[in-house]
Amino acid sequence: MLLSLDGITHAFGRVRALDSASLQVRAGSVHALLGENGAGKTTLMRVVFGLLRAQQGEMQWRGSPITVRSPSEALALGIGMVHQHFTLVPSMTVAENIALGGHGGFDPQRAAARVRDVAGTAGLVLDPHARVQDLPVGAQQRCEIVKALARDVTLLILDEPTAVLAPAEAAELLRWIRGYADAGNAVVLITHKLRDALAVADDITVLHRGRTVLTTATRDTDQASVADAMLGGARAHIPGVSLVDSDDVLDSESAAEASGRADAVSGPPVLALNAVTVRDANGVDRVRSATLQVRAGEIVGIGAVEGAGQHELLRVLSGRLSPTSGTRTIPGSVGFVPEDRHRDALLLDAPLFENTALQGAGARRGVIDWNSFRARTTALLQRFDVRAAGADARARTLSGGNQQKLVLGRELEAAREALVVENPSRGLDFVATDAVHQALRAARDAGMAVVVYSSDLDEVVLLADRVFAMHDGTLIESVNNRDMLGRAMLSGNVGITSAENA
Amino acid sequence: MTALRTSVHTSLQAFAATTARVLVMLAMAIAMLAVLLIATGHDVVPALSAMVRGAFGSYYAITSATIVRMVPLALAGLAVSVAFRAGILNIGAEGQLLVGAAAATAISGTLVGVPWFIGIPVMLIAGAMAGGAWAAIAGALRLRFGVLEVISTIMLNFVAQYLTGWLVRGPLQEPTRVNPQSATLVPELQMPVLLEGTRLHAGVLLVVVVAIGVWWWLRSTASGFRLRAVGATPTAAASAGDIDVPRTMFGAFLVSGLLAGLAGSVEYTGITYALYENFSPGYGYTAIAVALLARLHPLGVLATALLFGALEAGANAMQRDAGVPSVVVSVVEALLILLVLAADRWRPSRADETGT
Amino acid sequence: MIQDVTVSVGAVSVGALAVGAGLLEATVRTATPLAYAALGESVSERAGVINIGLEGSIIAGALSATIAAGAIGVGGGFAAGAVAGLVVAALFALFAVGLRADQIITGTAITLFALGLTGTVYRTVYGSGGVALTTPTAATHALPVLSSLPLIGRAFFAQPLVTYALYILAPLLAWWMQRTHAGLALRAVGEYPEAAIAAGISPRRTQLWAVLFAGAMAGLAGATLVLAQAGTFVEGMSAGRGFIAIAIVVLGRWRPLGVAAAALLFGAATSLQTLFQSMGWTGIPYQLFLAVPYLLTLVVLAVTGKRGHRRVV
Repeated sequence: MLLSLDGITHAFGRVRALDSASLQVRAGSVHALLGENGAGKTTLMRVVFGLLRAQQGEMQWRGSPITVRSPSEALALGIGMVHQHFTLVPSMTVAENIALGGHGGFDPQRAAARVRDVAGTAGLVLDPHARVQDLPVGAQQRCEIVKALARDVTLLILDEPTAVLAPAEAAELLRWIRGYADAGNAVVLITHKLRDALAVADDITVLHRGRTVLTTATRDTDQASVADAMLGGARAHIPGVSLVDSDDVLDSESAAEASGRADAVSGPPVLALNAVTVRDANGVDRVRSATLQVRAGEIVGIGAVEGAGQHELLRVLSGRLSPTSGTRTIPGSVGFVPEDRHRDALLLDAPLFENTALQGAGARRGVIDWNSFRARTTALLQRFDVRAAGADARARTLSGGNQQKLVLGRELEAAREALVVENPSRGLDFVATDAVHQALRAARDAGMAVVVYSSDLDEVVLLADRVFAMHDGTLIESVNNRDMLGRAMLSGNVGITSAENA
Repeated sequence: MTALRTSVHTSLQAFAATTARVLVMLAMAIAMLAVLLIATGHDVVPALSAMVRGAFGSYYAITSATIVRMVPLALAGLAVSVAFRAGILNIGAEGQLLVGAAAATAISGTLVGVPWFIGIPVMLIAGAMAGGAWAAIAGALRLRFGVLEVISTIMLNFVAQYLTGWLVRGPLQEPTRVNPQSATLVPELQMPVLLEGTRLHAGVLLVVVVAIGVWWWLRSTASGFRLRAVGATPTAAASAGDIDVPRTMFGAFLVSGLLAGLAGSVEYTGITYALYENFSPGYGYTAIAVALLARLHPLGVLATALLFGALEAGANAMQRDAGVPSVVVSVVEALLILLVLAADRWRPSRADETGT
Repeated sequence: MIQDVTVSVGAVSVGALAVGAGLLEATVRTATPLAYAALGESVSERAGVINIGLEGSIIAGALSATIAAGAIGVGGGFAAGAVAGLVVAALFALFAVGLRADQIITGTAITLFALGLTGTVYRTVYGSGGVALTTPTAATHALPVLSSLPLIGRAFFAQPLVTYALYILAPLLAWWMQRTHAGLALRAVGEYPEAAIAAGISPRRTQLWAVLFAGAMAGLAGATLVLAQAGTFVEGMSAGRGFIAIAIVVLGRWRPLGVAAAALLFGAATSLQTLFQSMGWTGIPYQLFLAVPYLLTLVVLAVTGKRGHRRVV
């Protein structure tokens, strides 16, 4: 065994990101490391690469126990890692980027020859004299890979390498990975794209909530079983959140019932997208021809893996981003609760009443009646049970849950028709999560059109009346059932079940 | 009512805390000054007492030295505060002040025979508008071309300096064409002196009014709030507040320039009565210290400008009476800024948040 | 008749040539301290630190050079200047790199500090009347052959050694930035610190060295002002050269050779205005020449856009 991890545990504060995870990588193999968002894949590989120290567990390299304290130690052992976000200097050439971190004189010709040598051996096309800023994303990624290979690694860790690539480039990369492993090296492929993993990997390890839940050879498994494992098995259970048993819930109506909804009649469409496409600065379509109607009095849930286009979709729905093409109908004011409160929703050093006043500040004129905002904030604190010293307290002094309730309350007071919510319970404890969920249901019951995206599928299913999976920019309506939604989101297909495949 | 009382109460508390902080830092800076005086072989006690006498020792010292120096520092300090509050590092108050003074000088030639209550406001407004226009160049460069205002305002300070140099040797030179300066402002258009026999002019009242106005604007109006929100967290201002961030920033550039330009025209109509090449002894740069020490609070700026005015007035007396070079005051000012920076660093702040 | 005209045209061109050579010589002389300060600053900015306290290093360098040159000679003066500039930069680095305080505000404070301190020390040591003290000055060395080249000969090759050192230093820095791993590390830190960290480079340490180097260079600039130009110290004689250096760096696109050329341009503007004043030509406002390099810098910045955004993360 080239690399062997056993019982690796790592906690960030109270949150256990890794809970006795294990992984065995054979020389000459491609090993896919799969899991939902936050399952601990990247954390585990950061431990291997020396960016994090495991609090418990054992690591073996070629059969002998090791500790890796820094990336340079990992590289010295022969372990390289290509991160999801590239670490390349844009104005420098490929050769300069690859030489970065060395000592003494730098000879561009020799560095270029080395790049050509490494890239050539590995079968990657790369112009050593090109500036990184002029290269397409695929070539930048090859540059990152060659940067790792130039350190003579035998194990290459790739974190979501196909996330940024166009389909053709992704296919080419996967072919390369296969060939590279066949030449006697090993690759750990971190991904949440099931199809990629099944296409290229020899072995598969699935993590769920920091634990290894499946280790198998690819040929001994199928898409449905792996998806089941990624979703934590059919009867996954999270403490504190009551979960509907998925076997009993097969259609959206009963899901609606389960989520505590009084009546299932929804009103006229409030939010509507018709063939909406969003293209990013790199020319990649983040949202592809999305069509969606959200009616008054319903919660539409969206499930997606990271980077599937949900970020852009939510901003189009809330009026924060204009579609590249397609038509959109939204009310004048849509409430929006972004996942990054500190960046996009709050003035941390301002008092709460000013944070309340931030909503609608762009259109306000004249003198602000702060006392009325103080009164409104005090009422808001009470209504949404925000624990704060008062309307004059600084937003920074509130806990994450109370900050979230404040933002949610503010948006609900301002927008009467529609609300878009992104990861509503990120960073919140169970009590706060429950309070936020109740507020969302109350908004729905009061006749608002609500859209909720969460990286936690359980939360989507729990809240939503109807659900959509977002896969690679495409919206797919799904049955409101955790497994079905999860499979649609992972594979882009509707209606694959264990039963059908078995 | 309760809310209002709470607000006044917290304002008072904040004011008291600020005063205490400034006093502690001042004490530390003066202690360092004392060390410096000893190191350079001066007697500390006579030097410091000369300083205090020069700043506050007499009716004349207070009215004609300390407060007179406070006026341009306070206006330029307000200019810096407004910009910094919006997250704009305008270090071009010096240049904006100069073009303000130049514009007031230029327009004064056309105001012969105009009554003072029209002439003086016209000059002040001309100066403010010129300062605003000068800052707008930096604003446009930042928002249109992404040029950092730090660099552009340095450039524009130099250009303003040379522009002034040219004006006082060219179009605005006094009629005899001997001295590189403008003609003296006719007495009818000079800012009224408030107290007979002193240099205390009406500009000081204007400064107080403007400071209160800026404070009220930032605190109570929708546009002032937008400016603060953009300066605090531009992403949240745009996303949660639907605020047009570039437009708000451009407004802040303009207002900042207006205030600095006003500083120039007030100094011209109130003290110098003429434009010359070294019109400003670095008011625009000292203003950064003034604003920073006041934690960018407009009313605090009045207090810190008074402090800096006193320091500079006292330094002159110290040179006259105790033979200590007056430039030593720059060292004190610098130490005050560094103390503020150090104090800010040792408070938990945004930078300490970990985000992985 | 025709012959007369020819002769007078010849006289005019000879006169113009002499003026041109004199102008060029003044240009090089004026540009030398600017080039030192700007080359240092270019290194610092490449590492992501804008040091507005450069002015402080220049004035400190000038005063130390004055004092040391009187005591231990010209060479000692240059050394003392470099050390003083470095010490001032170390104070800047303590706040701007060590404490991560705002670079601009720190720089402003450092400049104020050094201007005040040098003024105080100078008046304390030499009396408040400002005794016109003179220092030994750096001799000019005319290089054989090269100095007899037409027009540019005396301008470039009959200068003090400190100017010749620049002829080596600028290309050396250019080489260092492009052809050493340390140069690559410097650029990576300024442009994309994450990449530097990933390659095992410490951004803070790199920035510290860059700031100290810039300080020493600015100190040399101050020493040059005293020992190769003025021959005396005057309070505030740095006269904004620290800020000019920042303009030069921008105009020179952060490349050592470009920076050297930009320094020449700024030097030319200064010598042109001196020439105009000395010739009594008042038709063209000489301030225009002084303002042009700054306006040009603004235009360059506007055209090239976001390159001005060199900030520390």
